[in-house]
Order: sequence, then structure tokens, then C-alpha cells
Amino acid sequence: MIARAPGTDLPVLLPAGDALRARPDQAAALGWTSRSFTPRSLASLLALFVLAVLVADAQAQAAGAPRESVVTMLLKWAPLVFQGFLFNLLVSVLAMALGSFAGAALGLAQISLLAPVRGASWIATQFFRNAPWLVLLFYCMFLLPFEIQILGLTIPLPAWLKAVVGLALPVMANVAEIVRGGVRSIPATQWESAEALAFSRRQTLWMVILPQCLKRMTPPWMNLYAILTMATTLISVVGIQDGMTTARAALVAEQRLELFIPMYLMLLSWFFLYCYPIARLTLRLERRFQVRG
Amino acid sequence: MSAIEAFFQRLGTAPGWNFSIVYDAFDRARFLEGLVTTILLSLTCLVLSIIIGIVGAWLQGSTLRVTRRIVQGYIQFFRNTPPLVQLFFFYFAIGSILPRSLNSSGQMEPMISNLGWAIVSFSFFAGAFNVEIFRSGIQAVPRTTVEAAEALGYSRLGIYVHVVLPLAFRICLPALNNNLVNLVKTTTLAYAIAVPELLYAAAQIWSEVFNVREMMNVLLVTYVAIVAVLVWAMGRWERAMRIPGYST
Repeated sequence: MIARAPGTDLPVLLPAGDALRARPDQAAALGWTSRSFTPRSLASLLALFVLAVLVADAQAQAAGAPRESVVTMLLKWAPLVFQGFLFNLLVSVLAMALGSFAGAALGLAQISLLAPVRGASWIATQFFRNAPWLVLLFYCMFLLPFEIQILGLTIPLPAWLKAVVGLALPVMANVAEIVRGGVRSIPATQWESAEALAFSRRQTLWMVILPQCLKRMTPPWMNLYAILTMATTLISVVGIQDGMTTARAALVAEQRLELFIPMYLMLLSWFFLYCYPIARLTLRLERRFQVRG
Repeated sequence: MSAIEAFFQRLGTAPGWNFSIVYDAFDRARFLEGLVTTILLSLTCLVLSIIIGIVGAWLQGSTLRVTRRIVQGYIQFFRNTPPLVQLFFFYFAIGSILPRSLNSSGQMEPMISNLGWAIVSFSFFAGAFNVEIFRSGIQAVPRTTVEAAEALGYSRLGIYVHVVLPLAFRICLPALNNNLVNLVKTTTLAYAIAVPELLYAAAQIWSEVFNVREMMNVLLVTYVAIVAVLVWAMGRWERAMRIPGYST
């Protein structure tokens, strides 16, 4: 397992640690990977939340005046904030679906045999991958029309739909990189043997290469989904009602300083509870699909 | 200079492309100020997050179980929650319980400004990723090298600073690059708490001059350029720090 420098027998360095070695470049390009989870961290998060609520409650009691306790206020607002949170999840699913389809197409265009198609799709991918998500979101919110007219038919584009498109753009670019990397990770011999068996390029791609890639692309794709879910809170910045907006509205309505920390912690822990299992599953799949050698 | 300004002013009237940041001194100053703020914010968070990463990775190798668990909890919490909510949590929730003080002009001033909270929030966010990155680099350093250093009488800290870290740093540079690029992109979130960075400055300009389309494109190109410069610089650094004979 020890890497040897060419020309010497001396051990230089071990191969990079699991996290760096496990994934091919393209998946690491996301830089957001998840490993080493313990259910213990889940318990400690809950403990932190309970502690925050208790402290806030104690603060409220110390203040004297008979007021609603922090717990009842939280319970009162929880259903509304949760609805907003569900909207976040809905947006994440839609943006992921849209981004995945567009990204798959863009990724396949990157391995096209035509140089101009390859070049153009590479530029598009790099551009959308390196632009900040929030800027892309602003871009779509402001520059897409509020309705489009096709053949005399008026299709309204509500704000939330524009936001979905705005989130789908960076997802598209990242999915394109995952697809390209996945295809790259298949040994060249697979292409050659398919060619020897008289498969056409399209047949090779669909029947030999892509089925093998799919397995390898799943973990980084799920990772991307978790990132997207966390990014959906950005839509509150451009004025769409989501979990974050409702939480802030609740805080404004109550005008209670001690409610701030529990409220935000509640929202944070919902996201944690949603993203954490995804991250765990990603890790498991990654280990299972790991390519040796 | 004035010829360029005149050209852009003509562009504003003839095809209607209003790049006010080129010919209008006020808008230009605002935009450049935003650019400087973004760069400063990025650099500060970059340095702090690397420090957090190094210290965190060192603590994770601690012999105390409690320390390891706390670091692990920190990493998982910051990786699996939205950075925007983290920022709001710091700015509104933690910021509200900190004491306020009178400033020189007699107004109440929070202890940490919004720029300060942005720096704190993003540093912790990127730092959580850096801890993992540095740790996987440290794992790649052969046990025998550490043992050799121990035999030479190095302390645990000495081994970490003089032997393990220089080697580990070179291994994890590629992963670190990706995270730092992400960090630069994350700084746009500071817009939400009114830190006058690039996005905020651009939004101010387009809401006054009504040149949303032009400013949007300028903004996108500027961010892509910042990221490109960062990637280029880190790429050069990576090549300069390459260990001869070790390549992946």
C-alpha cells in the first residue's frame, strides 16, 4: 500500500486518505463529501436543541411577567414553519429533476465526438459551476419573463418556478461533471471490446458504458442533492415564502428575544434530520461501489 | 480613459446597454468597494477556515475521546445544515443576546458587526469541511515517518507542525482548492444580512439605475473571474509544492 517513488525503493507517502482516494476527481470536484457519521451526533444535536429551549425558557421565567413559555410558542409556530420547510423540499426535488435531465444532456455533450459541441458544453459547464448559486438565482428571478407566449398561448411563470430554474442551473453543471467523470472512470478497454463486438457508438454508450456509470454516479449525485436541499433556503432571499421566511415572520410576530435561538435551531435541525440520512446513505453506497486499484 | 467612458455612455443611449459602473464615478466607486469587500471577506474567511481546519484536525487526533466527539459534532452540524440558516442563526440569534455598546457618535452598536458575523459564520462553515480534508491528508502520512520523528524526540505538537502537516498539506491541496472555491461562492450569502459586498453593491446599483440585465452579466463575469484567479493561483501553488516522485 506504500507508494514508491520511481527509481527508489524508499516509501514516500501512503496513498491519500479514504476521503480523497475513494472518489474520482470529478466527484471530489464538488468538495462537499460526507464521511464518518455516528448516530451519536444526532443525539447531541437533539440535546443541544433541548438545552437551548430550556435556557430560553429559564430566561423567559426570570423576566418575571406571566408570558407564554418558549415551548408553547414553538409548538404554536412549528406547523406553519414546517409547511414552509416542506416547500423547500418540494423545490429541491423539482430543481433536482430538472437539473439532472439537463445535466445528463450537457454531460453527454461533453464527450461528443464533435469538437465544437464538446467545447461549448465544457464552457457552459465551467461557467455555471463556478458562478455563485445566489447570483444565478438572482439572474433567473430578474431576467426570466413573468409569462411566456407560445403560439398565442400564454404560460405564466410564477416566481417559485423561476427559482426552480435558477437552482437547476448550477445543479445542471454539477450533474454534467458527474456524468462526464463517470464515463471517464470506465476503462478504455470497455470501449474497445464493445467496438470489437461491432457495437455502434450509441449502442456502446447506452448498453455498455452508461449502465456501469450509473452505479458510480449515484453517490456524488446524492451528495449534490443534499447540497441543493440546503441551498433551497436561498429562495427566501429573493422573496419567496419558504421555511426560512416563515420562521423569520414568526419571530417578528412574537417580538420575543429569547425565541430567536430555539426557532433557528429548530429549522437547522430539520434540515439536519433530512440531509444527515442522505449523507449516511451516500457514504455507504460510496464504500460499496468503491473501485479498487 | 475618457474615451472609454464616452464609448460606454454612447452604448447606454444607442443600443441601450447601460454600463453605469464604467462612466459614472459614484457607481464605479460603489462597485469597486463591493469588489474589495468581497475579496477581503473571502481572504479573511479563507485564512480563518484553514486555521480552523488545521486546529480541528489536530484535535481530532487527540487521545481524549470527548475532544474528538466535540470536533465530530461540529463537523456534522455545519456540513448538514444550510449555510444561510447558519448565518441567520449567528447574526440574529446569537447576535441578539450579545451586549451592545455606545459608539463614538452616541448610538447603540452591536458587539460584532454584520461583516464580522459573516466572517465568523463562513469561517466555521468552510472550516468544518477543511477539518475533514486535513484529516484525510494526515492519514496519508506513513506511520513510520511519525515513529521516526518520535524516535528523534519530537513532541506531539512538534511532530504535527514540522513533520505531519507539511506532508499532509501537499496531499490535500486539490481538495482544499475545491472547498476554497466554494467558500468564495458562499460569500454572496452575506447579501442577506446587508454586508456591502459585490452582490449587495450590484443590487443597489441596478435598483437605482435600472440596468438589471447589464449588472447581472457584469456580476456573473466578475465572480467567474475571481474564481478563475483563485483556481489559477492555487494551481500554481500546488505545482510549486509538489513532492517530486509522488504523484497521483
